[in-house]
Amino acid sequence: MAVRAEGETATRLSTSSPMQDALGYLRRNPPLAFGLGLILILLLFSVAGRLVVNVEDASPLSAPPFEAPSAEYPFGTDKVGRDLLAVMIVGTPLTLRVGLLAGILGVAFASLLAFAGAYYGGVIDAVIRLVVDVGLTIPSILILILIAIALRGVNPTEMSLIVAATAWLWPTRTIRSQVLSLKERAYVDVARMSGMRGYEIIVRELMPNLIPFIVANLVNTTASAILATIGMEALGLGPTSHPTLGMTIYWVILHAGVLGGYWWWWLAPVVIIVLIFIALYLTSIGMDELANPRLRRSV
Amino acid sequence: MWAAGYLLKRIAFFLLIVWTAATVNFFLPRLSGQDPIRERLIKLVQSGSAWGKGIEDMVELYNEKFGLDKPLWQQYLTYLGDMARFDLGHSIASYPRTVKQILRDSMLWTISLLTVTTLLSFLFGTVFGAIVAWTRAPLWLRSLAPPIMTMAAIPYYLLGLILLFIFAFELRWFPGHGGYRIGHIPNLSWKFLMEAGEHAVLPALSILLSSLGFWAIAMRGMMVTVEGEDYMTLAEAKGIKSGRLFYDYGLRNAILPQITSLALAMGYVFSGALLVEVVFGFPGIGTVLFQAIKGVDYPVIQGIVLAIILTLATTTLILDLTLPILDPRIRRRT
Repeated sequence: MAVRAEGETATRLSTSSPMQDALGYLRRNPPLAFGLGLILILLLFSVAGRLVVNVEDASPLSAPPFEAPSAEYPFGTDKVGRDLLAVMIVGTPLTLRVGLLAGILGVAFASLLAFAGAYYGGVIDAVIRLVVDVGLTIPSILILILIAIALRGVNPTEMSLIVAATAWLWPTRTIRSQVLSLKERAYVDVARMSGMRGYEIIVRELMPNLIPFIVANLVNTTASAILATIGMEALGLGPTSHPTLGMTIYWVILHAGVLGGYWWWWLAPVVIIVLIFIALYLTSIGMDELANPRLRRSV
Repeated sequence: MWAAGYLLKRIAFFLLIVWTAATVNFFLPRLSGQDPIRERLIKLVQSGSAWGKGIEDMVELYNEKFGLDKPLWQQYLTYLGDMARFDLGHSIASYPRTVKQILRDSMLWTISLLTVTTLLSFLFGTVFGAIVAWTRAPLWLRSLAPPIMTMAAIPYYLLGLILLFIFAFELRWFPGHGGYRIGHIPNLSWKFLMEAGEHAVLPALSILLSSLGFWAIAMRGMMVTVEGEDYMTLAEAKGIKSGRLFYDYGLRNAILPQITSLALAMGYVFSGALLVEVVFGFPGIGTVLFQAIKGVDYPVIQGIVLAIILTLATTTLILDLTLPILDPRIRRRT
């Protein structure tokens, strides 16, 4: 045992465990710590909630309609008798999942295009750049609306796929410009002269250096994907039979819940959505610092 | 010399965007392999709906243009031709009205709301961002930064829901629904404009408050960069007064990228504002879109998509053409 521990210390040149390293870093990067902490709290809320509350109550007719918050229904109930606490417990991870899946798909596709385009240049790169320029001028919500009306009645996974259809545009532009500047570095020239092939240079030299940057992009892309998802749901193009946060906003708007005085109906989803966006915003600021340590934040 | 090439490039890009808009408008709804507009029309005729003869005329006209007997490319060319003439067809849900009529009324509301709020937000946000970055600014102003910048992370319409509750439901200071009082007919009289203004306060405030942070963050970043420039140190060493240093040396140099991002931000503002209008029942294009989605009114949805993209492309073109006048560096680059 002792021998192995010694060997480990020797190779890693550090006495602390990776876990301690990570915690130490988080202490030096408060936005990242707060952002990730907030997401963790939201997930804990949902996991713990499942133990206490029957999630079946998130469907209509499981409670009396328009009950104000009480001991039995701490978050109240909506017009068709959904227990809003159960809706939040099911809806929060569902919304996060839809956004994360769209974000991963978008960033993966974006990285592929960005590396291929920026490294090889030429016609492929010109086409990618033009498509991205045009695509970013058109608000993605409009494209998403056109796709969603063609495929009426979607489930959350299909929702991710739809949102991913435009989520790759922005990361393609930012990752591409990073690759462009990175490939001019001397060590890439050395790799090229030592006979490495193009894809080898991309995978072994460029990609490892860009991973923090790509992860930072993933956070931003997930945030915009969630924004787009909730926007589409609020417009009535979401999964109508699933209790997501955006669908709750849609029901509130459709039935004029704010002017009807049912404050509990919209307060919980609004607070949770706002917390999600603040969490992702803080995480993204923290990630920026991780991806680009030279960036000195002022103020 | 540079002018002709630059101009041609920008105009070509404008046309490319408009063509893309028309193309996605034609192909995306047909993604499922069927033509949803035909399906919808057929269903309406079969159910013998209240529209009667009118809708049958519409089906006939539609079949003539986009009938199944015609190959897809021919339908596509017909569609492009229609779009070029801005012939958007009739609304299904409110049949005799054309999409163009519906759009003309609602676009005016939306564009008035967005022009005012975007200009105000750009102005306040930029100045605020500059002040926050300015190390000599008073502390109380700088301590406003974190809350305002956090607001930028919140969708406009969620802030709208909160404002609607506080100011329209609880305090009853402002009307909570519509763009004017029910029964009134829009006109250009002073009285009506005041009434419309009163209705627009809350939607405008939602957009303004939640978009301020966007401009402030970008401007702060630019201002910090400018403050680090050598000419700033030199100007300070020469003993130039703080106010002049701020406006003429800092602000003026930092503001140019803000104007560039105005073009990019317009799309974001438009999409955010769509739902703000829905929340307040403001009679703009967002509310029309919400109703059209609810009523499965494809021609109106397609018309709105085209109209918004056309507006954005025009704004971008105008900004692209004014930028070289403001910034000599762009002139030299091309």
